[in-house]
Amino acid sequence: MHHPGTNNKVYKKINDNFEWSSENFKKISEIIKKYPSNRIQSAVIPLLDLAQRQNNGWLSKNSMEKVAETLSMSYIRVLEVATFYSMFNLEPIGKNFVQICRTTPCWLRGSDKLSKVAQEVCETNIGETSDDEIFTVVEVECLGACCNAPMVQINDDYYEDLDEESFKKILQDLKDNKSIKVGSQIGRKSSQPERKFDA
Amino acid sequence: MLKEKDKIFKNLYGFEDWKLEGAKKRGIWSNTKELIKMGSDKIVEEIKNSQLRGRGGAGFPAGLKWSFMPKDSGKDHYLVVNADESEPGTCKDREIMRNDPHLLLEGCLVAAFAMHAHTCYIYIRGEYYSESSNLQKAIDEAYENNLIGKNACGTGWDFDIYLHRGAGAYICGEETALLESLEGKKGQPRLKPPFPAGAGLYGCPTTVTNVETVAVSPTILRRGSKWFADLGSANNTGTKIFSISGHVNNPCNVEEEMGIPLKELIEKHAGGVIGGWENLLAVIPGGASVPLLPKSICDTVKMDFDSLKEVQSGLGTAAVIVMNKSTDIVEAIARLSHFYKHESCGQCTPCREGTGWMYRMMEKMVHGNVEHQDIDKILDVTKQIEGHTICALGDAAAWPIQGLFRHFRPEIEKRIQERNRRVA
Repeated sequence: MHHPGTNNKVYKKINDNFEWSSENFKKISEIIKKYPSNRIQSAVIPLLDLAQRQNNGWLSKNSMEKVAETLSMSYIRVLEVATFYSMFNLEPIGKNFVQICRTTPCWLRGSDKLSKVAQEVCETNIGETSDDEIFTVVEVECLGACCNAPMVQINDDYYEDLDEESFKKILQDLKDNKSIKVGSQIGRKSSQPERKFDA
Repeated sequence: MLKEKDKIFKNLYGFEDWKLEGAKKRGIWSNTKELIKMGSDKIVEEIKNSQLRGRGGAGFPAGLKWSFMPKDSGKDHYLVVNADESEPGTCKDREIMRNDPHLLLEGCLVAAFAMHAHTCYIYIRGEYYSESSNLQKAIDEAYENNLIGKNACGTGWDFDIYLHRGAGAYICGEETALLESLEGKKGQPRLKPPFPAGAGLYGCPTTVTNVETVAVSPTILRRGSKWFADLGSANNTGTKIFSISGHVNNPCNVEEEMGIPLKELIEKHAGGVIGGWENLLAVIPGGASVPLLPKSICDTVKMDFDSLKEVQSGLGTAAVIVMNKSTDIVEAIARLSHFYKHESCGQCTPCREGTGWMYRMMEKMVHGNVEHQDIDKILDVTKQIEGHTICALGDAAAWPIQGLFRHFRPEIEKRIQERNRRVA
């Protein structure tokens, strides 16, 4: 199953340039302070995360080289980390990165129906980006919100207690550039047991 | 059933304020200085007496683990909190971190003091974005109010907490893989010994411990080890957060007494099995890694470490995955096999090759597309993976399959026969 985060190839893009934004440059000095001064390699995951955020959700060769330079590491050590962890995308993704949890607890509550809905609404296949580059849809392993299954992560946020209808609406609203509600879609607080809520 | 007054997690669902003000109302940070004044030996002694067992899955006695830290090594000591919650079915630490983060932070101070550590890293899984921002805000609040930092809580103990986000790797929940990851490398487990208490993070004495274990410790010290030990049964004491998911009417996280019967847990808190108790097929009682239990065992089994071990399963992280009779049980386990194939770090051959082979075999089993002798072959392979790898991921991949064949072998044999008939 294709996923930009489990791809081990470095994506080739011509005229790609990467320099830290001044805002991120400040953040880096804060991050590095968390670790002993002779152990700043520890900051490689936070820095790759920053680079990915600055680079529209994926890591280019230049961005990884920049991280290596910033932390005085060799490029291969950075690449090793970037390929190992699934949250680092090594190829461009769409504006909305839709990750559908497929592991057993979500599957028991209908995650495969959500996959179908996503393919229809986003007009793309699992593991691919839509032609208009608004969506990239992937199936992922357990995201750790099993009591609110089935659930989907879109960019940084979790959308929980979904069914086909509510998920379709979320995707359609994203398509239409409308704002969407994060978290439980049936109005429940966290993972409380009661299913009846005050509106 | 656990009484309201004995609950440790008073804001599990986030109905109240999770910030410092709300936390103080719930008694958190109220007399932390006095707890620290007990001294590290007394704190470890109290945790030992409470018989608290680690809440991350293995169930190792927490007090004993804390006591492994050397007293005067001359090196920096580290407390590392394992918040890389990725075991399928488990979502308890998430609720602690986003709805009651100060409970965890106070626990960090107490635990770190007991093991002579001035620094604590909380390693949270990368996907938990809003949880990590709540936790970071709580850390900032604690610094601003001198609860942590220089002279934390006025105890004279300097203590720093740093939040470190991971990047999506199940294996980083294994303690030595977590340390590798924290050092900025691939999360591949280390050989033990040396154990982290001797040489852990940056080669210094380190204890890695689960969020829930740390979060319950200040309450144990406040209310006394006897109070905690009186809950549950001997060797399986205290309260535990159970994550109930799958085919139940109201999936939820709930704090309950250890040793609560599984049936009572599901019926009282999760609104029962969809279609009624008689519609139950099987339950995975402790997260994806432990073998499943068929209904006949679920009728009577108690939810604690020893009772579940007796029926050849385990409490693990207490993540109860319920499956009713509409479930394709073979596919359910095949999906878990896919999970382990995806998450194997690739370091040890039996796991790297075995998880992929087992997944492909399980996919065929779903359709009965195998020979009868393949059942014994896959069981033989699970035995060759189990115990032959550096970390427990190999075991975790093997156990669900062993559990499936232990209880549902006739189901697969039936599928093979049906397929043979169709083909002939």
